[in-house]
Amino acid sequence: MTSWLPLLVLLPFAGAVLCLLVRGRGAPAIGVATSLATAALVLFALWSLQTSGPVRVQVGGWGAPLGIDLAVDGLSMIHLIMTAVIGLFISLYANRYYDGYRGGQKDRARELFWPFWLMLWGAMNALFVSADLFNLYVVLELVGLSAVGLVVLTGTRDVLGAGLRYLLTALAGSMCYLMGVALLYAAHGTLDLFAIGALIQSDGVSRAALMLMVTGLLMKTAVFPLHFWLPPAHASATAPVSALLSALVVKASFYILLRLWFDVFPGVTTPLLGNLLGLLGGGAILWGSLQALRQKRLKLLIAYSTVAQLGYLMFLFPVTAGMADGSSLWLQEVSKGTVCHVLSHALAKASIFLSAGLFILAAGTDQMSAMKGLAERMPLTVFSMALAAVSLMGLPPSGGFIAKWLIMHAVLGVGQWWWAPFLVIGGLLTAGYMFMMLRPAFLEPDPGPGLKPVPRLLEVCTLALAMLSIGIGISAANLLNLVMIGNPFSIPGGGW
Amino acid sequence: MNLHEWLPLLILGSSLLTGICIFFLAEEQRGLRTFLNLAGAFIKLALVVYMVVGMARGETYETRFPIVLGFDFVLKADSLSLLLVGLSSGLWLLTTVYAIGYLEHWKNRSRFFGFFSFCVTASVGVALAGNPITFFIFYEFLTLSTYPLVIHRGSVEALRAGRTYLWYTMAGGALVFTGVVWLHVLVGSVDFREAGVLAVVDPSLYPSLTLIFALLICGLGVKAALVPLHGWLPVAMVAPAPVSALLHAVAVVKAGAFGIVRVVYDLFGVQFADQLGLLTPLTIAASITILYGSLRALTQDDLKKRLAYSTVSQVSYIALGVSMIGATATIGGLVHLVHQGIMKITLFFCAGIFAETVHVKAISNMNGIGRRFPLTMGAFTIGALGMIGVPPVAGFISKWYLGLGAMASGQPWVLLVLLGSTALNAGYFLPVLYRAWFRDPDGPWHEEGPVGRLEAPWMLLVPCLITGLLSLLTGVFAGADWSPLSLARIIAMKEYLP
Repeated sequence: MTSWLPLLVLLPFAGAVLCLLVRGRGAPAIGVATSLATAALVLFALWSLQTSGPVRVQVGGWGAPLGIDLAVDGLSMIHLIMTAVIGLFISLYANRYYDGYRGGQKDRARELFWPFWLMLWGAMNALFVSADLFNLYVVLELVGLSAVGLVVLTGTRDVLGAGLRYLLTALAGSMCYLMGVALLYAAHGTLDLFAIGALIQSDGVSRAALMLMVTGLLMKTAVFPLHFWLPPAHASATAPVSALLSALVVKASFYILLRLWFDVFPGVTTPLLGNLLGLLGGGAILWGSLQALRQKRLKLLIAYSTVAQLGYLMFLFPVTAGMADGSSLWLQEVSKGTVCHVLSHALAKASIFLSAGLFILAAGTDQMSAMKGLAERMPLTVFSMALAAVSLMGLPPSGGFIAKWLIMHAVLGVGQWWWAPFLVIGGLLTAGYMFMMLRPAFLEPDPGPGLKPVPRLLEVCTLALAMLSIGIGISAANLLNLVMIGNPFSIPGGGW
Repeated sequence: MNLHEWLPLLILGSSLLTGICIFFLAEEQRGLRTFLNLAGAFIKLALVVYMVVGMARGETYETRFPIVLGFDFVLKADSLSLLLVGLSSGLWLLTTVYAIGYLEHWKNRSRFFGFFSFCVTASVGVALAGNPITFFIFYEFLTLSTYPLVIHRGSVEALRAGRTYLWYTMAGGALVFTGVVWLHVLVGSVDFREAGVLAVVDPSLYPSLTLIFALLICGLGVKAALVPLHGWLPVAMVAPAPVSALLHAVAVVKAGAFGIVRVVYDLFGVQFADQLGLLTPLTIAASITILYGSLRALTQDDLKKRLAYSTVSQVSYIALGVSMIGATATIGGLVHLVHQGIMKITLFFCAGIFAETVHVKAISNMNGIGRRFPLTMGAFTIGALGMIGVPPVAGFISKWYLGLGAMASGQPWVLLVLLGSTALNAGYFLPVLYRAWFRDPDGPWHEEGPVGRLEAPWMLLVPCLITGLLSLLTGVFAGADWSPLSLARIIAMKEYLP
């Protein structure tokens, strides 16, 4: 029954290897086929989870601590689905995007995109189903490396600079995380995510491990002020890659942070640490938004928007830190809100980066001043952008609205009203930079060379993602019930 | 689910689906677009009529489903929502006809009519919302759907106005959001109910409730254009005339005013709000707005600008009425919600006709325009006299009840505000009427196209005459069973039940 679990990882990996072997024109075909198959597999996994509940398997039958343990609950599942849906649309998009791409080393980019992307997908799937700390380290490293590979795809000079910065940060981040793992293993003799949670005491070693791991993961998630690597990397990569990085990759390390927070360290976290993280989140919202307001290039604006939006995820920590009652209503609520924000931001941000890609295909630049008259010439693209913007601003009926509502509700519910202004002002600033971005599109177009037409399929993929980011607001009740399968947000210990 | 649970959703869907379909039409598909527009408007009107008849027989209509655990999406038809639903769906039909005629030669008409339909959807949603969160959803949806209409011209000036509009309304929305969430934290999920739901809470929550009231009223006051939150309204005048008509008469300002009514009556309860001492500041703010708006209107030469400041002033009659204790004042405020809508849309329709057919936008160019446009100017005259409060036009009824209500609630100084406003209204409308009817034209008119048998294209003229006539009829037949006044009476009786 559960033998499908390793397939979630093996299938994309196999596709990646095949793409490398085949090269040339065959790679995109294999890539798209693998994407479809992986998405179908995730669909099957969803069905299986809903019929038979959370599962845990030991690959090879060795058991902890030697073997590889895989586990799936609602939180894993929602991340798998998020990756599959966004991954599938980006795959369809990338297939045609690189045909029309006009940058350097077009052929190499088209070929190498697929092995790196499938590798990334497999690694992320592995990350979402891993149940032990060391495996998480391995796949986290793999996620980072394949992401860097994707950034430097075109091999131009500024891409290499950004890629190197990204690589070094990613490595530093994983090093911090690995040191934390080592400390925990030395103290408790196990790497099992859920077993450690039961053993851990609030002593010096645990606190050191917590600090190291949190720092490492914050670095990888690009939480202010450790976000410095993100804007250049996300803005200089090709559009499908930017979408993958902003939508999915930063969420992978945040997922580990969530797991650690609820399953490993609940006895160790303190309100002080929680408040510190919340403060970083507030800083991210303000700083990221203000930077976004200063940008002239579309993709940089979107990248800084990611920095800002990640800040919303941090308010979970002050609300839940040191909470004794694991079944608290507010804990459930802030967690649901945070997951909802992860999802809606992923969909909206993927869509908006793909829109930027369409604009670049059509205009050959991503200067926002060149967007004049876009609403008339590419109405579908501008419409997608506007829909995604609505979700990012947190306006109803989008997923972003449900997320902001739940987080706000929880923050006020536990009496930490001082986070509320960040949420409110963050929404206004988002509206500020999003309308700054859309504004030129509604002006009269400049006379001069027109825009190159873009394939309709690409516009449809972009629009679909934007509509999903709105749609999850409407069906939020069902989605959030799914997340709660296996009760991932409970203190202390996991569901096992 | 049966029809009783579906009907409110269908009423929303009739314009939402129209809007979505229109987005997918090409620019040239004029016939299909017009058909869809009118079909949507007629279907909505028919559904509303069906609902009204059903409610008169004692049926209830409510759509309810959970958004997230603990938060329901509720659409519910009650007497108060009928007031705005009826106004919106009726005036939408007329404005659609007008807009089709008005935008004949414009670009991007599919986009325009798509958002136009969304805008009405939002306004009907605001009316039908059965709890604060649903109200907020549509309140924000209204902001989003009106923005593209405001900037429709695509000029730098329009975009600047759009930005001002957005900053005001988004900030207002943020305040409402904070208030609604906070309220939810304190008292849990509450539905709007006649005579209010908050009177039963623990007295220790009173200070928080006072703050929440302030947040909500400030947030709603932005759209209701309470001074000093009115800055967006005169600027948003760059929008095409049908949009101004819609913004001022039905959608945006009414959403704000209606929200204030909901908060005072169906959330807090007017007696409880008075007990907390929250109503007097609202009365004062409304009074200031009434006088300030009229004063500013005096000095405007641009006709639309003058009408805009007049809106600032007139919409606050609603807030004034709801902020005074006593059923008479309530009736005056509520009935003005409808009366102001009909009268103001007439005035804007007229202004649009002048601008579109002979390029007259400034009042100083209106000399003798009554001879060129006798019918249009006739409608304008009815609207203007109604605004001043001359019997038997609708505006008189509102003012009469407001005045009586002020006396009944023991605030005779409000009467002075009303008198002052009447004088000022006369001061800025009568000169327009004088110019139009009694002065000689300065020269030949700059005709946009050949002058037909009618003084203006029929699609512009007919809606304008209908609303003009309605302004008169709702006043003359105010005593009839089906008049807005009777509906306002019924609502007021319910709000004051123990």
